Amino acid sequence: MSILVFLEHHGNELQKGSLSVLSKAASLGAGDVYGVVAGSGVRELASGAGKYGASKVFVADDPALEAPLPQPRVDVIATLVREQSIDTVLLAQSVLAADVAAGLSARLDAGLNWELVDIEEQDGKLVGTRPALADSVYVQVGWKGEPCIGIFRSGTFDPKETGGEAEVVDTPVQLEDFSTAATMIEQAHEEQQGPSIEDADVIVAGGRGLGGPENFTLVEELAKALGGAVAATRAVVDAGWYPYATQVGQTGKTVSPKLYVACGISGAIQHKVGMQSSSVIVAINKDPNAPIFEYSDLGVVGDVHEVVPKLTELVKQRKRSAS
Amino acid sequence: MKIAVCVKHVPEAASRRIDPSTKRLDRSGEGALNAFDANALEEALRLKDASGEGEVVAVSMGPQKASDTLRKALAMGADRAVLVSDESAAGSDLVATSYALGKALAREEPDLVLLGQQASDSDGAVLWAAIAERLRRPMISQVAELTASDGKVRGKRQTEFGYDVIEAPLPAVVAVSDAINEPRYPSLKGIMGAKKKPQETLSLDDLGVESERAGEAGSKTEVLGLTDPPARGDSRRIEDDGNAAEQIAEFLAEKRLI
Repeated sequence: MSILVFLEHHGNELQKGSLSVLSKAASLGAGDVYGVVAGSGVRELASGAGKYGASKVFVADDPALEAPLPQPRVDVIATLVREQSIDTVLLAQSVLAADVAAGLSARLDAGLNWELVDIEEQDGKLVGTRPALADSVYVQVGWKGEPCIGIFRSGTFDPKETGGEAEVVDTPVQLEDFSTAATMIEQAHEEQQGPSIEDADVIVAGGRGLGGPENFTLVEELAKALGGAVAATRAVVDAGWYPYATQVGQTGKTVSPKLYVACGISGAIQHKVGMQSSSVIVAINKDPNAPIFEYSDLGVVGDVHEVVPKLTELVKQRKRSAS
Repeated sequence: MKIAVCVKHVPEAASRRIDPSTKRLDRSGEGALNAFDANALEEALRLKDASGEGEVVAVSMGPQKASDTLRKALAMGADRAVLVSDESAAGSDLVATSYALGKALAREEPDLVLLGQQASDSDGAVLWAAIAERLRRPMISQVAELTASDGKVRGKRQTEFGYDVIEAPLPAVVAVSDAINEPRYPSLKGIMGAKKKPQETLSLDDLGVESERAGEAGSKTEVLGLTDPPARGDSRRIEDDGNAAEQIAEFLAEKRLI
């Protein structure tokens, strides 16, 4: 077996998610494990993948790969798969990686399984595990033919340093016309404002169920009473109700506080992966079918506009009587 | 501008189950328009309204019942609907679906193909990239703000690092996020008028899709088994009858969190 792991970078760092998938691939002990880094001026980054288990890292270094756009990366990986007889391509979930994986799947007519939380080798074939239907069932998935492509759910594994050196190999970059037609006009940069939510012991988060940006005061007051930080879902950040720096989820921060209070949050997978490792999760939502109740320690079917202010008052009372 | 919008007919949330015999999602019950696709359709209608001309075609692949979903799309304002429906397409994975749907879309020759951010039944959130590849067109995903002018589309989208602005020449493929708009409800006039709008059903044969490239035969992934997920400790559920706040406070005190 020869496994190629897509190593995503941002700034001058390989992403933790990619390195985690690389460690997992190496731990399978199922043959050769390679990495691929695609970008502009990224050769320096490549050797760093050695200690996470890559024996070889292919580097596609080209100004046309500067912006983190998926289609030129499909060209690079498709060429590598063909020329290096790669039979498996693994990626860590991200906005970029999902698009790369699906483009590659269509380009090579190669099976793609996503949302994987585990993978193992059985009789020379890979078998993945994928939660489905709001994680109420685990599905064992396989691939027919080669190559096999898999995307792992964010935060599924931790990167493991096992030492080791990777041979760095330049790979030629040949791009299709349509792959370079989309252009980056303005690239995202980290917005640093407000206190970081990643270190907070208590987080109170608000979602669309709050009804409007003005109702975030309910969340802020509860957070203040609990001595915690305020977080938001992607939906409300995209709608402009709250700053991006407070966003928890797949495209936001990953947090694991002692207490996470979700107010008016349905709990779609995009949010779940950012907060599921919180020690205690309390969810308040008026929709009894909200997926968040599936993974809450205490689920309250109720109106956030009534429950949250009352709770804030009760928390304040308890703190007063305790002091 | 001619815009094709991909819409999926998904089983109602409450009745979603995997059929143990086929290990596929049971699609025999009631279904509805995938809510995320309503955002894509709404955006198509807005682009058409803004330019004052053009055509919006709703395209779906699924069982015959998916025509209900297409009728909803027509009621919202789509001009025409195309359903790819064929028994041998059942059980198609990404490879097989993108191949057949790609053929149906290529036949329409749209300036823009729009998709929603995910399918609520399979949690799939990748189809657009496979469609763009099949059509060999530039693609922008996760778009939360979209504009079209001078033969180009420009999209603002969120990634793990903040907001990107990406531009692509038409023809292009764009996947929108659910934050992009609030989809309209079909008006009574729209619902009445939907029945008169053209709705065509295509077989795989009509599209020139070989049977070995469709359905399970054309799929490159397979379901091997089903197991129970690991349990996540005790989960308590309460309905607010006026004292939910007290119960939460008690719970937090019990856990020594306040």
